[in-house]
Amino acid sequence: MNNIIAMPMIIPLLTGIILVFLRHYTKTQRVLSILSSIATVAVSLVILYQIQQEGILRLDFGGWIPPYGILFVADSFSMLLVVTTSIVTGILLIYAFSSIGQQFEHMFFYPFVFFLVAGVNGSFLTGDLFNLFVCFEVMLLSSYVLITMGGRKVQLIESIKYVTINVLSSWFFLMGIAYLYGTIGTLNMAHLSVRIAEVGQGPLLTVISLIFLIVFSLKAGLLLYFWLPGSYSAPPTVIAALFGALLTKVGMYALFRVFTLIFYHEPIITHTAIGVMAILTMIGGSVGALAYNDIRKIVSYNVVIAVGFILAGLAISSEIAFQGAIFYLIHDMIVKALLFLLAGTMIYLTGKTKIEEMSGLIRNYPALGWLFFITMLSLAGIPPLSGFIGKVFIGQGAIESGSFALLIVAFASGISVLYSLLRIFLNCFWGETIINEDDDVPLKKGMLVPCILFAIMTVAIGIGVEGLAPYVSDAARTLMNPEIYIEAVLQGNR
Amino acid sequence: METLMTILVGFLVMIAVYLLLSRNLIRVILGTAVLSHAAHLLLMTMGGLKKGSAPLLGENAESYTDALPQALILTAIVISFAVTAFLLVLAYRTYKKTGTDNLQELRGFEDE
Repeated sequence: MNNIIAMPMIIPLLTGIILVFLRHYTKTQRVLSILSSIATVAVSLVILYQIQQEGILRLDFGGWIPPYGILFVADSFSMLLVVTTSIVTGILLIYAFSSIGQQFEHMFFYPFVFFLVAGVNGSFLTGDLFNLFVCFEVMLLSSYVLITMGGRKVQLIESIKYVTINVLSSWFFLMGIAYLYGTIGTLNMAHLSVRIAEVGQGPLLTVISLIFLIVFSLKAGLLLYFWLPGSYSAPPTVIAALFGALLTKVGMYALFRVFTLIFYHEPIITHTAIGVMAILTMIGGSVGALAYNDIRKIVSYNVVIAVGFILAGLAISSEIAFQGAIFYLIHDMIVKALLFLLAGTMIYLTGKTKIEEMSGLIRNYPALGWLFFITMLSLAGIPPLSGFIGKVFIGQGAIESGSFALLIVAFASGISVLYSLLRIFLNCFWGETIINEDDDVPLKKGMLVPCILFAIMTVAIGIGVEGLAPYVSDAARTLMNPEIYIEAVLQGNR
Repeated sequence: METLMTILVGFLVMIAVYLLLSRNLIRVILGTAVLSHAAHLLLMTMGGLKKGSAPLLGENAESYTDALPQALILTAIVISFAVTAFLLVLAYRTYKKTGTDNLQELRGFEDE
């Protein structure tokens, strides 16, 4: 048994529960939360290393052999995302220390961040569909609390939409699970894959797969992203960054898992649908990113564009495209967190949200300006930074499989990302400064350091691609060949 | 029996959709609650309403009821209660803050 696999979910969960009882002790909460993040990162790295040594690991709860019991499965794809999640949360917590304020810290901010992480890590690790639903709900309930925390009018109004949409998508999810259990009679993902391969994916199963496509698209913001820009721009900076970095990624992970492992027999219907939706998402996201002049809206629409771009990799569905998508997922989690933090910091410093109302920030805050410049280049995919390799691989995959429409839209969306961020850069950082030295708000170290850490990570991933490549290619190989996953779950006697 | 249950599920979904489309916040919340219970019933029906003994090995019965859908529904019900409770509190706070429970009037808030 590999009890270590459960740790990335158990550690945040226990930390969250302990922190609930320590709500008035701010210092203790901070120390404990940082220690717990470090522990989660360490454990996840150990698991990632073990997978390279021993193959895919699994943990059957209570000793029930699959397909009967509940199980956790850790392969390279899920563990790469778990590692990134843990690191991103750790760094975001440092930002929270100096920005979130006493009121939030006393109102269970840290516990709910950890419950959210537990839900996210659980969704990455689980091996059956129903527990995916449960972990989704753990994550969503924490996100409901985080989005309303503080209780500003905008937050309350936006969160009503957010909660209602998610309840509706949970209903679709349950409906999909019900139909799947009724037709196939199992919910274990590996077992589902085997049985569907046996009976063939007929029209009925394809319809069920489309239900899952709708569910996960709602969560990932693929085409059905209308709820996203509003709700991601309402909460405080750290929480928005946490959402932008983590929440949509879980939906994308589920899409990858379901459409590479279970419903991969009818790519002409399902994968074409994903491709078309990805194209529309990129176009819609680009339009949104260029149309608004509210920084928070521009940044939120950038999340949407990235969703379309990553799922273009799923639509192409070749090993090289999967590699690109995984690289881009990891890159996107880090850089989106950084982008949200920078946007939030700019709003904190100036008190304005519109880009025309800011000017010349780079004179007062040179470090912030350069960080924004790096982020912009990284998101646009300029070579030494982390976005480059993902774009190259997805592009290569698109050329090899001849999906030129996806290729053109994907790279055009890159240009609109660059342009939308360049607009922020030109308006806010260049030009005459409008802040005179008397009411110059000091930039706190606690806000700058996490941004620098993220910037270092994006550079490090860009330069150290060689070190990451074996893990990513292993993950892509598992996605491309579902037999590896199935064998590890159903036949191994570990 | 399955047919009856399916019709019931459809009826519940109909009510839920009607409630969801209304302007009143409380009705929308009731709609989401009814909708999740329709999903639970659907889960039960799709698992098959077998007539058998309780799924305990000591019963020595010829056939056992499938325990899995019941376990799934138990979990799903707990989750749906939690979400409904949260939504009710949220609606109350929104009402206190904005002074309206009409969704039409809650549209188009820019910032305070």
